[in-house]
Amino acid sequence: MDDLILEMKRIIKEFSGVRALNNVSFAVKRGEIHALCGENGAGKSTLMKILSGVYPHGSYQGDIVFNQEKMMIRNIADAQKAGIAIIHQELALFKELPVYENIFIGNEISSHGRIHIPAMLSKTQELLKEMRLDVNPYTLVKQLGTGQQQLIEIAKALSKNATLLILDEPTASLSEGEVEILMDILGRLKVKGVTCIYISHKLDEVLRLADTVTVIRDGRSIGSKVTHTLTKDEIVEMMVGREITDLYPKEVHRTEQEVFAVKNYTVYDVSDPNRKLVDNVNFSLKRGEILGFAGLVGAGRTDLVSSIYGFHNGKCHGEVYLEGNQLSIQHPNDSLQQGIAMVPEDRKRHGIIEIMSVRENMTLATIEKYRLTMDCIDDCQELRDANDYIAKLKIKTPGLDTCIKNLSGGNQQKVVLAKYLLRKLKVLILDEPTRGIDVGAKYEIYNLMNRLAADGIGIIMISSDLPEVLGMSDRILVMNEGRIKGEFLNHKNLDQEQIMHCAVGGATA
Amino acid sequence: MTTELKKEAVGMGSEKKRSLASMFRFDVKTYTMILALVSIWIIFTMATNGDFLTSRNLSNLFRQMSITGILSIGMVFIIIAGHIDLSVGSLMGLLGGITAVLNVWLKIDGILAIGITLVLGLLIGIFNGWLIAYKKIPAFIVTLGGMLVFRGILVGMTKGTTVASLDPSIRFVGNAYLVDGIGIFLGIIAVTFLVYNSLSSRKLHSQYGLTVPSMSVEIAKIAFAAAVIGLLIIILNSYQGVPVPVLILAIMAVAFSYVLTKTVFGRRVYAIGGNAEAAKLSGINVTKMTLSIFAINGLLVSIAGILLCSRLNAASVAAGQNAEMDAIAACVIGGASLMGGIGSVGGAIVGALVMASLDNGMSMLNIETFWQFIVKGSILVLAVWVDIATKNKR
Repeated sequence: MDDLILEMKRIIKEFSGVRALNNVSFAVKRGEIHALCGENGAGKSTLMKILSGVYPHGSYQGDIVFNQEKMMIRNIADAQKAGIAIIHQELALFKELPVYENIFIGNEISSHGRIHIPAMLSKTQELLKEMRLDVNPYTLVKQLGTGQQQLIEIAKALSKNATLLILDEPTASLSEGEVEILMDILGRLKVKGVTCIYISHKLDEVLRLADTVTVIRDGRSIGSKVTHTLTKDEIVEMMVGREITDLYPKEVHRTEQEVFAVKNYTVYDVSDPNRKLVDNVNFSLKRGEILGFAGLVGAGRTDLVSSIYGFHNGKCHGEVYLEGNQLSIQHPNDSLQQGIAMVPEDRKRHGIIEIMSVRENMTLATIEKYRLTMDCIDDCQELRDANDYIAKLKIKTPGLDTCIKNLSGGNQQKVVLAKYLLRKLKVLILDEPTRGIDVGAKYEIYNLMNRLAADGIGIIMISSDLPEVLGMSDRILVMNEGRIKGEFLNHKNLDQEQIMHCAVGGATA
Repeated sequence: MTTELKKEAVGMGSEKKRSLASMFRFDVKTYTMILALVSIWIIFTMATNGDFLTSRNLSNLFRQMSITGILSIGMVFIIIAGHIDLSVGSLMGLLGGITAVLNVWLKIDGILAIGITLVLGLLIGIFNGWLIAYKKIPAFIVTLGGMLVFRGILVGMTKGTTVASLDPSIRFVGNAYLVDGIGIFLGIIAVTFLVYNSLSSRKLHSQYGLTVPSMSVEIAKIAFAAAVIGLLIIILNSYQGVPVPVLILAIMAVAFSYVLTKTVFGRRVYAIGGNAEAAKLSGINVTKMTLSIFAINGLLVSIAGILLCSRLNAASVAAGQNAEMDAIAACVIGGASLMGGIGSVGGAIVGALVMASLDNGMSMLNIETFWQFIVKGSILVLAVWVDIATKNKR
């Protein structure tokens, strides 16, 4: 018999009468990397929250057996004591504290109530070395990149002697290069005997990294399979319960008519006005074209587009042309007035207003359109438009006045898209449009992009997901350290390696 | 969070379960607040052997609350936008003082003095807003500074004395009553408007599949609101009529409630308080909005200042002390969130009524001032605790 480190048996979890998990069983072998896949809302996170003590023993039915012992996990501290550590999608680090304090927070090495800093420092250095992270323990976490922060989280978990590490979408905000480092480290942890549960939407990573895959759909376990017998399509089929033949429904609508151009564009850092985030960038966009921006996180892609859109607080200079006319954009409103919109990267921080309803979020950028006398909002027209777009974009929501935070990520993203599509657009900038959303919603967003391109809108798409960039773009620009390093017309022979090579700063062919 | 959608989708089927609560559109906050107000009134009525509920006392109570009420209307805008204003008490004292000095010492006509004060209030509000929105100084700091500066100017300007005996035209604003007929007329208008408004919004909402209470519940709600308005007018008329400050408060409440709930401007106030960055990315000029909100507040403070000095028939150095705390407390008791994005004018008014009732009732019982502070402070904390506790349960 296999040596199982964890067995979750017949777990049932209900939220106010609705079953989120229905008799889910889940077994993990010691020392393996076990991927957990499923669409958003399938119940992955709920299952992991039960395991890590967020939902205490008693609030669900079923048993958890960990290291051959039946566990009654009452809270997160219980789980940690047992050696279970979870690293959430949104990192829980203290940005203003140095690395070593972050690693030992809540778990400080002390004697007689006095914190023993030297011991913490040396242990930190040990852990960082293990992570192959070349970082000073005194560095403030906010100065590190997202990828490095993720590694600090792992180091923190290891400092607590975690034997079971749960990673929830660890690579969602990492660039390809950082993903490599993370995978390398997970591989080495496996050798050391650390077991890992890996939740991810990125099936390529899952296939490369994991030994076993378990798929959950609609609160039920669909099955566990060994990865080397699986293909990506099979996993997708298990996840959605139907076969998606083509993940990227690409259509070509590109014309030769230029709609948008950026010349000699340079963006400076807000806190360090001498540092260039974007250095002398030139590019143009044609009507109906989908222009992909590839590159590592920190290559300056987001800084470039948010600065063009008028959302960058620091210094920037350069020329922006729309249909041949030079624009002077000081504020996002100037862009919107001209027909340029941007769907931001960080949905929760920049995209939605969590405490407002679906309708209010959707009409926020067009609210002026509904202005009657005395600044009054035309309720009737507003409701009609919101209703239209809910149908058009197939947004799944119980109602127009439902609070947006009750929607799944994919549906929230569709509301953000609708917010800008309600305006008449010429250029649409999409910054990581499908990050953290499930396969079905992704597919719908791709179809929507095609429809918009067919209507003659020029689309700029930033994405760290290379298959997506290759699958959807007509043309690809690759950025590295603030500069455009390469331009590729998309054709069949173009592959991920060529783009990656360029993105890490290699010479263009 | 990821299970949330499924839950909602299935939740549509289990509509029946929620129907009782949603029938009354159970806004827990509103109802606990009104419940709290009613219990406070019952306690004081029993403690005073019914004196609390006499028309004379209620008339006084409403007149007293109008100043805090007007301040809390301005404050609720600021709180919804995610800011705070600690200077309104001092500013109210200062602006009242300016009216008095203009009128008494400089012999300026009463109406003109009021006009100058209103403009000054607006300008000071704009200046505060400019510092906060354009110079990016946190509102807490700007208005904490303002609290000291305005009080200082008031003391310096009046040389520490009380400036007394104003023109009748100014005294009218804070002390006069409307003849019965006008009160009844206004009441009828209010009820008509109420009926029209709820029926038209009902029609629109059902057209788009939004939840609407059943017709009988709607009628019951309208009848209840109409009864409250009618009762209020009858009580006030059976003493001396509707006090002018109460009328001013009512006009301000209706006007700014309209601004907050029905207008583009109001929607944007909620948006910038809910998430300023997302609002900016949606094309909203957050700096301009912030400036406007503080300007509105300045104007409302000047109205309150004029009412205060009119009622006292004097300006004194201590006028308006701690009024900012009453206004903030009123907003919070009325359900506003200091995190921004949540709050309402109606809530703030009821909150102001709670604070004024506590003052009035305890004064009637001759409870010493120190107890009044202790009780008011505790009620504030209690109100927020109830809010948090009920929120967690849902």
